[in-house]
Amino acid sequence: MNKSSTAVLGETTPRERRRLLVGTRGVDATARGVTLVSALSVLAVTGWLVVELWRNSALARHAFGLRFLTDRTWDPVFEKFGALPFVYGTLVTSALALLIAVPLGVGAAIFLSELAPRRASDVLTFLIELLAAVPSVVFGLVGIFVVVPWVRTSLGPALRSALGFLPLFQGSIYGVGHLTAGLVLAIMVLPFIISISREVLLSVPNELREGALALGSTHWESTWKVVVPTAATGILGSVFLALARALGETMAVTMVIGNDPRISASLFAPGYSIAAVIANEFTEATGDLYLHALVELGLVLFGLTVVLHGLARALVHMTASKAQAGGVRA
Amino acid sequence: MSDPAAAARARERVAEVTQNQKPEIPQEKEPARMREILKIRARKVDFYYGPKKVLQEVSIDIREKQITALIGPSGCGKTTFLRTLNRMYETVKHARAEGELWLDGDNILELELSSLRRRVGMVFQKSNPFPKSIFDNVAYGLRVHGIVRRGKLAERVEQSLRAAVLWDEVKDNLHKPALALSGGQQQRLCIARALAIDPEVLLLDEPCSALDPISTAKIEELLFSLSDRCTQVIVTHNMAQAARVADYTGFFLLGKLVEFSDTKTMFTTPASKETEDYITGRFG
Amino acid sequence: MRWRKTVNALMSGVTAACALAAVAPLVFLLGFLTWKGASSLNLAFFTQLAKPVGETGGGMANAIVGSGQLLLLAAIFGVPLGLLGGIYLSEFGGWTVPFLVRYSADLLASVPSIVIGIFAYAVVVLPMGHFSALAGGFALGVMLLPIVVRNTEEFLRAVPVSLREGAFALGTGKWKTIVSVVVPAGLQGILTGVLLALARVAGETAPLLFTAFSNHYWAQGWSQPVASLPVMIYTYAISPYDDWHRQAWAAGLVLLGLVLLVNVLSRLVLARKMAARRLA
Repeated sequence: MNKSSTAVLGETTPRERRRLLVGTRGVDATARGVTLVSALSVLAVTGWLVVELWRNSALARHAFGLRFLTDRTWDPVFEKFGALPFVYGTLVTSALALLIAVPLGVGAAIFLSELAPRRASDVLTFLIELLAAVPSVVFGLVGIFVVVPWVRTSLGPALRSALGFLPLFQGSIYGVGHLTAGLVLAIMVLPFIISISREVLLSVPNELREGALALGSTHWESTWKVVVPTAATGILGSVFLALARALGETMAVTMVIGNDPRISASLFAPGYSIAAVIANEFTEATGDLYLHALVELGLVLFGLTVVLHGLARALVHMTASKAQAGGVRA
Repeated sequence: MSDPAAAARARERVAEVTQNQKPEIPQEKEPARMREILKIRARKVDFYYGPKKVLQEVSIDIREKQITALIGPSGCGKTTFLRTLNRMYETVKHARAEGELWLDGDNILELELSSLRRRVGMVFQKSNPFPKSIFDNVAYGLRVHGIVRRGKLAERVEQSLRAAVLWDEVKDNLHKPALALSGGQQQRLCIARALAIDPEVLLLDEPCSALDPISTAKIEELLFSLSDRCTQVIVTHNMAQAARVADYTGFFLLGKLVEFSDTKTMFTTPASKETEDYITGRFG
Repeated sequence: MRWRKTVNALMSGVTAACALAAVAPLVFLLGFLTWKGASSLNLAFFTQLAKPVGETGGGMANAIVGSGQLLLLAAIFGVPLGLLGGIYLSEFGGWTVPFLVRYSADLLASVPSIVIGIFAYAVVVLPMGHFSALAGGFALGVMLLPIVVRNTEEFLRAVPVSLREGAFALGTGKWKTIVSVVVPAGLQGILTGVLLALARVAGETAPLLFTAFSNHYWAQGWSQPVASLPVMIYTYAISPYDDWHRQAWAAGLVLLGLVLLVNVLSRLVLARKMAARRLA
């Protein structure tokens, strides 16, 4: 019954024997090499992306330097390219989106993690997370035909009559504009805030809740004063993620913002965002400088992504190490 | 010894255990026992995790076709030593073994890894069947080592499952998933899987620690029936198990092999004080 | 005390309202799209090409096929590299390379899709001199790659070490272990992840606007511009023609329906797998 390794070989065919003798070292080394190259391809693609963005924006960068971000005029005919209107539009719509989505999202996350029964919470979370999968162009479609008319006929006039003393809510209401874009963006980033915040809240150890309750807090008080502060860094991370999404969002915004490169104080006014102008004008860019200016806008978006991504990672890292250290300091 | 009476009572208890619970040894086994051929020889084996020395000058003789048990408290190095015998430590960075380790006439530390592990098989603490069918689990090692013809595979799979006392329970369900088996059955499947490639030595790392007493008893019987087929080295936390099952026992403490002798002597008249203290339950 | 109790009840209500407000858009979207689009989903929609501007009728057959072409290209570029890369991260590891690869994968996955479109334009469209399905497929593939890498890595890491050790103890080499034990064990999760990623890029419009561009006819091979469902929705939606609006709704319903279907099925499959593992 007991045989040495050669005896097992004796039962095998010549082909099997050859396979056995060749051994695994060669195969393993090749496999390691091939998979390494595949992994490095991600690095390579990312690097290549940066290189191409940099190269293809050279003309504009050399022509305008940093004034690119501060000049108000975007004039393809006279080849003067200043991106301020787009930066303004992007910032305003994103800020508006966060203003709406963060309270709503954190509130929903609190309900789903602390107050709702588990089954209901799971079902609702499932549905909310599906919202994140809806394509941008579908949001834009509903945006054009539902939200725009609604803003023009209902929300706009209501806001103007209630808050018209603020420059924000003055001027003509076209339906398209910063306000509409901000609203649509808010709905689009909402699921990200909720999903991450809920997870972070759920990961706060139960001992903290129980400690607060044992001291006589109400459910809400223990949640608001103990659990949420503990989860605050993670929630902030979700906000950065939502911001990154909002800044880069193209289709839904370009379909409802009005595509007008003007800076205006009123939220009702049409505007433009960085992503929207790239989408609209790229195929019509005559002349290299025009194209390079648009690519430089892409470079700006990329830069913003790198910064926000880094911040979000740092926050996640901080939350993780805080969790290891063990909860909130008194 | 601060309490001679207690120690003596403990010794008596252990002697009872070894005498009452070891089953009848069939007569055919006696000659093999007397033969005393050394299957594995370790001489001054040191083991390091990076700079930390975890095994110190371990020298031990594993006799062919005998069951050798390695006992000792948690962290004493018995499992570390077991895993040097089939070089399982090689997936861990900065782990290295030094010294002499011989499998018959071959240097374990220099043998080609795949051949070594065909000759020295291993069964783990928690059963780890692959997420495949029962048949494919047992056939896995065979396929790796070059046996791919359907007829030959089926024959070897049946042989191994019979040897592992599992055949009757699974023969009609060979293509059902292995994970559907109970814990005890899964462990016997893992033993069959290891046996399929005809190892000369079988290493068992606390094979029953995750199992209930009935499954444990089945596996211990199984180990007996295997002793005319291969040499076995078993690490166990359970002294009574060592006493039941093993021909020879080695006691590890803090990375050193403190004592090694035949089981009866180890448990009735241990030579060193530490062994006696461990066996009588002074520490664990 | 009564005040605190009131606050407690009030905030419970407020947060519940927030949660419901978050679910409402999805329900609304589905309902509204069905209402507006279902009636236009006829055979013609799925089998005919777009009719010239002004004429009613016609369909989006070429856009549906075009989207299929683009997804195929994206999968060819992104899936094999992604799988192998994920295998490296999980099985071969180390410290520097995995860190750099993970960082760039996460970064690449966060880059706005329109920027990816610019990249594809520079790399494929400029040298070729014209728009093409290849360019669009490349853009979508670049989006797919980092997702597949991270997803594969995650599901392979989740395979218990004990399975690998069991194979090693039988004398199996590393690569054979990966292929015959580790990958099969993680396959369900990996495949589901690939499907989800494909569903996600299927809905992307921005990177196609100046790569695959669009085409009113059937695409002639892979080096010509090709229509796609999302781009058609966009083009039709911003047009002034009612008939095109009608078709945009139908197309939106199809796209949303497919994307949601894949998402729901995948999540259910994954959830059941997670639950089963927890019980094991």
